[in-house]
Amino acid sequence: MTAAYSIYFFITLLKIPFIPATLLAMLLSMALGMLIERLAYRRLRAASRLSALITAIAVSLFLQTGYATLFSPDPRAFPVTAASFPVFHLGEVSLSSWTLITIAVAIAVMILLQLFVTRHKAGKAMLVVSEDVKGAYLMGIKVNSIISMTFAIGSALAAIAAALFIVSYPQITPYMGAMPGIKAFIAAVLGGIGLIPGAMLGGFLLGLIETMTRAYIPSSLSQLSEGVVFIVLILVLLLKPAGLLGKSEREKV
Amino acid sequence: MTKSKIVSYSINLAAALAVYLVFHFLFSSRIVSRTLIDLFTLCCVFATAAVSLNLSTGLLGELNLGHAGFMSVGAYTAALITLAAGRSGNVGILLLSLLAGGLTATLSALVIGIPVLRLRGDYLAITTLAFGEIVKVLMRSMKITGGGQPLTGIALDTTYTIGYWVLIITLIAIYTLIRSRHGRAIISIREDDIAAEACGVSVTKYKLFAFAFSAFFAGIAGGLYAHYAGVLEPSFFDYNQSVNFMVMVVFGGIGSLTGSVLSAFFLTLLPEFLRGIDAYRTLIYSVILILLMHYRPSGLLGQRELSQRGIARIFRRERLDAQPISGVGGGRAIERENIPASGSAERKADSALRDRTGASSGTPEEPLERRMKGRR
Repeated sequence: MTAAYSIYFFITLLKIPFIPATLLAMLLSMALGMLIERLAYRRLRAASRLSALITAIAVSLFLQTGYATLFSPDPRAFPVTAASFPVFHLGEVSLSSWTLITIAVAIAVMILLQLFVTRHKAGKAMLVVSEDVKGAYLMGIKVNSIISMTFAIGSALAAIAAALFIVSYPQITPYMGAMPGIKAFIAAVLGGIGLIPGAMLGGFLLGLIETMTRAYIPSSLSQLSEGVVFIVLILVLLLKPAGLLGKSEREKV
Repeated sequence: MTKSKIVSYSINLAAALAVYLVFHFLFSSRIVSRTLIDLFTLCCVFATAAVSLNLSTGLLGELNLGHAGFMSVGAYTAALITLAAGRSGNVGILLLSLLAGGLTATLSALVIGIPVLRLRGDYLAITTLAFGEIVKVLMRSMKITGGGQPLTGIALDTTYTIGYWVLIITLIAIYTLIRSRHGRAIISIREDDIAAEACGVSVTKYKLFAFAFSAFFAGIAGGLYAHYAGVLEPSFFDYNQSVNFMVMVVFGGIGSLTGSVLSAFFLTLLPEFLRGIDAYRTLIYSVILILLMHYRPSGLLGQRELSQRGIARIFRRERLDAQPISGVGGGRAIERENIPASGSAERKADSALRDRTGASSGTPEEPLERRMKGRR
């Protein structure tokens, strides 16, 4: 959401073209993510899980309502839309090049992230920290800077997602991020938490499921399609809690 | 039941009755405006919801973001029953419908709880959030609940009397629950679920039990709200409403029932009196939440309760503090050294232990003094 607003303001106020605006927004999001981590989360690292969760909710509320009071809660139209990209025709099917760009960017991001996590030293350190903070500390990993870096990467990727999103659905509101955020989480659970290809697969599947229900469900029940993703979540948790690609592990004490 | 328990229960009941009589006098003598009476009723409804949320968040220790969903289930059930019965002003039917609302909410908690309560922490929180959204969507799409239109024409039967006493009954029920062995089992899960399991507490069973118990009272609060507002809209019971209740719980003290009541009253009344800040309400709430989590993670009251024992303790402590400390060297002062004064290291260690073990009000003070004396 904040990235969407930054892109919007870069384009409308500073007249920066779309792609540099997105890159700038990524930098801004990184800074914001690291700032939030420093101010809100770092002190709570030793605190209970409940405190951390409540803080996370409070931060998202703060950002949303903060933007709503600063820039008014009314939706704004985004100037760049998918219609401004050329359309391919393959027989009966017409395909916007923007759709292809979206898919390509998503796959590229996934591959880069996967490589970073499995090959790069910092990425591996990230996995170690998530496994065992104390152990990582003893192994000489700078836990704070690794977590800070994770927030930076996550925020930057969220900015890319925002750029992809607002061109497809060219409307910006302070609360636009809430639903995609939850769906992103569901996609991650569906594919298997902690697995980057799994998250990708989960995301694609979730999108397909949602679109299909919207298309094939009788219009009198059209409201139901909004709930379908949540039913998917509960089904996954019931049938395969580790996710589609995840291996189920027995919990050790 | 020991004698002291009977005494303390009757004192508390008498206090509740006295408070009721004061309000009843104020409200029936037309000193107070109609709006204020309605506000009091709304406060009672929200306090009931907050107290029930405190059971699943404060005492079980799992973040429940779908509390408004349970309320919604209860609200619609109760409203549909009284609409079908078609007689307004009948307290019996209202109470029956509230009970039915509570039971359907419990049922929905069981249905959702069995798959979901295997999860922990963030996963559980998000899934309860998902439950709230599913309920919202269902209420919008089912014909019987209005099918996208608000449900109207519900009799305005929730009076301040009913609201107040339902709140008191909820408090009694949850309070006695947490003092029972089942309650201790629930609290042990919050403290350490692995240790609880090792001690023979069936974690999943008790999680489900606490969840269902909390949903029951949420459903009743929903039924009350339906007969307070007269109109039901699925979007009223959304994520933001759940967060609202959570703010009440956190603000009042995670695990403190009376804290939830106080903060529910405070946070419901505050925006009414400060109309100007209503636009910034959520913004202020979020800042308060972050600050609370940093500086006082257990909420304002912590796990303490506002009870006759607590009040008695405050008086006792004041008497202790009022004694001149300057008389060092005198016989009395030596005697006093044996009793950990408030703020001393021993008292602090004791209260830290209490915070960790989750034992709440009253009890530790006297036994501690006795223990200290007995050791010497």
